[in-house]
Amino acid sequence: MTTVFDPGAEAAHATDAILRDTLHGTSRGVVVDSPPGAGKSTLVVRAALELADAGRPLMVIAQTNAQVDDLVLRLAEKNPELPVGRLHSSDADPYDKALDDLPNVRKSAKAGELAGLDVVISTAAKWAHVKGVEPWRHAIVDEAYQMRSDALLAVAGLFERALFVGDPGQLDPFAIVGSEQWAGLSYDPSASAVTTLLAHNPELPQHRLPVSWRLPASAAPLVSDAFYPFTPFRSGTGHGDRHLAFAVPSDGSGPDRVIDEAAESGWGLLELPARNTPRTDPEAIRALAQVVRRLLDRGGAATSERSPDPAPLTADRIAVGTAHRDQAAAVRTALAELGVTDVTVDTANRLQGREYDVTVVLHPLSGRPDATAFHLETGRLCVLASRHRHACIVVCRAGVTDLLDDHPSTEPVQLGVTVKFPDGWEANHAVLSHLSEHRVAWQP
Amino acid sequence: MSLITTLARLEAVDTGRAQPLATTRHRHLSEHPLVFVPLTTAGEAGAPLGALVGTDRETPRLLVVPQPRDRDLRFAFLAELADIVLPYIDAYAADVEAAERNETDPETGKRVKVEVELCADAPQLIVPSRSGIDFVRLLGRSMRFRRTAEQDPETPHPAPPRVPLLGRWLTHYGERSRVPGSSLLLALTDVLSRHWATGQSSLEDQHLGALLAWIDPPQGESGAEAALRAELRRDGKGQLLCPPAGPATDPAFDNKLLAPAIELYDRARTALAAAEDGIEADDRLGELTAAERQIRDLVESRTRPTWDAVWRGLDLLRALPEGAHAADRWTRDRWSFTGHRDRVLAGEPPQPRRDDAVTAANKLATREREQARLEAQEALDDPLVMAGRRLAGEAFAGEVTDVVMAYNEGKRPSPRPLVTVRTDDRPHFGERAKVYRSLGGKPQAAEFVEYVRSEGEGTPDAQGHALGSLVVLRVVDKMGRGKEPETGSVPEKGDLVCFTLFEHEQRGGAKLPDPEDTPWTHGGPPGETDAAAPQPEVQPDAVTDEDVL
Repeated sequence: MTTVFDPGAEAAHATDAILRDTLHGTSRGVVVDSPPGAGKSTLVVRAALELADAGRPLMVIAQTNAQVDDLVLRLAEKNPELPVGRLHSSDADPYDKALDDLPNVRKSAKAGELAGLDVVISTAAKWAHVKGVEPWRHAIVDEAYQMRSDALLAVAGLFERALFVGDPGQLDPFAIVGSEQWAGLSYDPSASAVTTLLAHNPELPQHRLPVSWRLPASAAPLVSDAFYPFTPFRSGTGHGDRHLAFAVPSDGSGPDRVIDEAAESGWGLLELPARNTPRTDPEAIRALAQVVRRLLDRGGAATSERSPDPAPLTADRIAVGTAHRDQAAAVRTALAELGVTDVTVDTANRLQGREYDVTVVLHPLSGRPDATAFHLETGRLCVLASRHRHACIVVCRAGVTDLLDDHPSTEPVQLGVTVKFPDGWEANHAVLSHLSEHRVAWQP
Repeated sequence: MSLITTLARLEAVDTGRAQPLATTRHRHLSEHPLVFVPLTTAGEAGAPLGALVGTDRETPRLLVVPQPRDRDLRFAFLAELADIVLPYIDAYAADVEAAERNETDPETGKRVKVEVELCADAPQLIVPSRSGIDFVRLLGRSMRFRRTAEQDPETPHPAPPRVPLLGRWLTHYGERSRVPGSSLLLALTDVLSRHWATGQSSLEDQHLGALLAWIDPPQGESGAEAALRAELRRDGKGQLLCPPAGPATDPAFDNKLLAPAIELYDRARTALAAAEDGIEADDRLGELTAAERQIRDLVESRTRPTWDAVWRGLDLLRALPEGAHAADRWTRDRWSFTGHRDRVLAGEPPQPRRDDAVTAANKLATREREQARLEAQEALDDPLVMAGRRLAGEAFAGEVTDVVMAYNEGKRPSPRPLVTVRTDDRPHFGERAKVYRSLGGKPQAAEFVEYVRSEGEGTPDAQGHALGSLVVLRVVDKMGRGKEPETGSVPEKGDLVCFTLFEHEQRGGAKLPDPEDTPWTHGGPPGETDAAAPQPEVQPDAVTDEDVL
């Protein structure tokens, strides 16, 4: 007897269990692990609405102002009547102007002026300044794996119970100074908030969302195997559900061939000849820009489960991801020279939580003479390889596999620190070996 | 490593000499630093072998532990060290000036100014290399929990009177050295490699002899050759001519010279103990003294070259003028010193073994703030450092080509002049980027409006001037309260300006809860669980096949 995997039912089942524990459970916290695009924001919005319905005053803690504004907009979309408070900083232009059009959203820089509203939303940094108020009965902590333990310490006194939601596979939070001194302590301030929370409260119920709605059927198995080996997930769509086609046929150049490969299989590797280069490798940057230019020029159309008609592949549906900010700046310049302006170009850190139809990625190890912990970090590659709904094209110099073999992980082992699996070395190898099946070698 | 550091290192390889990374000195150097050159015993954690210590380069004090495994001798060494270091510290602790500090009034909860003492200067400790700092920390940890006979008459192995206090001070200095930009405890190799780039790796820069050879090679020799000689050249007995700066010693020295000398000393000691009468004892005491003398000479022969090298390095650093903000950071060091002095005077217990959650988070926040502050201040103090930031796209300099007066749309219009700067730099502007320039020591902010990259960038025009890109900025503050900006507060056409994309000053973070209010997510208040919950039963590891060979 075979059981058919029904993604919708699986996801609904997981969500019900999470909401049951959140609304009726006895423990002070609930942790939810969510793989890329598994409906984390939808869950947060739904939990917020149900908690508000149950008459429990709720605070929501997100990590960036963009995330906060996004949540406010989603809440207002689902329930325009709900009184929502947006607590913001006292800087100039502190929130998205779109919030001004929402009648039931009150905005203030003072928590006291938002008291009594059903839901109050702000960033962890802003919440940390709130003092001397009655604690909230419930809190939702969004992107909890990207929140540092010390940030949670600053706000945990504000709530009695909390739902922690996040993606364990993405980039860990970091400190700009050394913090080895505290490595191995359960409350290491540079660790993630969830690490500290679970170290002190191991009995808390932990759930995970089993279905990625974003990643296509071609990407979910690779991302799941390479980055979530012990907590696998499936794609919500099947192989035939999504389709990427181009009106203009290939001109036979490297960029066009890799675009066709990616449209067909979901993955493409544009491999430039091996070479050690500066971080802003001019050839690789130009290749990246050309791929984007051709993606736009060739009149792409993306068909998906969302609508029967194909949607045009426009600039806002494409993103370029890099490891470093100067690389992103160099790509922006190269794109501007080709007349492309509206494509998002950013680092892995800033692309977290965002979604596009096609992503073009500069491999973090491309052209490097060494493989440092920064460039090997599992989360960095995971973010870059999991932002797309249709296809991901990686631009890379040849020779990264050799580089990996020359640089086995050498991070010192710290007593008491849970070793994260898989390590970046292993994950990089897994991704590269899959990409090599979709390789287009090109000499620019 | 930043691009400019890479370039400087390449240039150092090319020219055979270290290249400057700074034009000013970014760390405060005391007039009378206490230099500490320790040696440790191989294979025995925290067992000092000896040290040269003192504030006068001509007359260092030599301290030696002839048998490092003998704990009484180790205590004698630490007591002697305390007798040198603590009077040096006390001299600074006594000299105070009045200062003000913001404190929260316990009754009203308001922030009020309180008059407090601030030490006029602070003692500065210099060790040769980074591992020297670790050794200071280790010594501090090994001493601060010891009990003296006076503190606890029952204690089985009482420490000499001032040893625990020395441990607390060394711990404080070791902890403070983790704060970026602090100068209470400095490793000379770190300070030198902050100011010069050599043609070797930063790991190799931890060899003080080699580092100095790159920076200041002997006449007629390249830095690379001199560095290689410092690392490898040995004398006829197989000993390094330039001994490692410690605390670890060269194995050849340990095996060939030190081990036989210690053995001789051990034998002489056993013989003395076995002496049967006074005359015999006198003779054997002579032998023991001679054996001890020999070990002292050996330790001095390994520490003296490093001692001299440290002072030479200090001379090189003193030749650089001190950066404008270094004094400001030194004041923070003085606060840190004064704070610890007050805690010691108030009879507080020694620093705990581990930080609690709140202390750890506070320390991390302070250090991150100081790191950002240090990076900004170094760039503002030093055009060469700023050049590195400009090369990295984090700052830009250029000439003001146009200023257009504009006002914001408020009830009371305030000036928001648009300033156009022509620059050859390539700053990486993000959306809604803010930039800052230093105006009379205070940061003035401007909003980034537009970036026009000219076609002929880099090529000279008819007059021979390179055509840069044009950056349009909107100045937003520091122009006074009136409708017209105060004189000198807005750049004028023809002015040379330098704007940074990073902030110059750091905001204080949010106040964390008190340790006794540590939330449930972080294990609750420290100490509570230990007392309430029963200790988890620790099972010994099961014996497996691998345990038995």
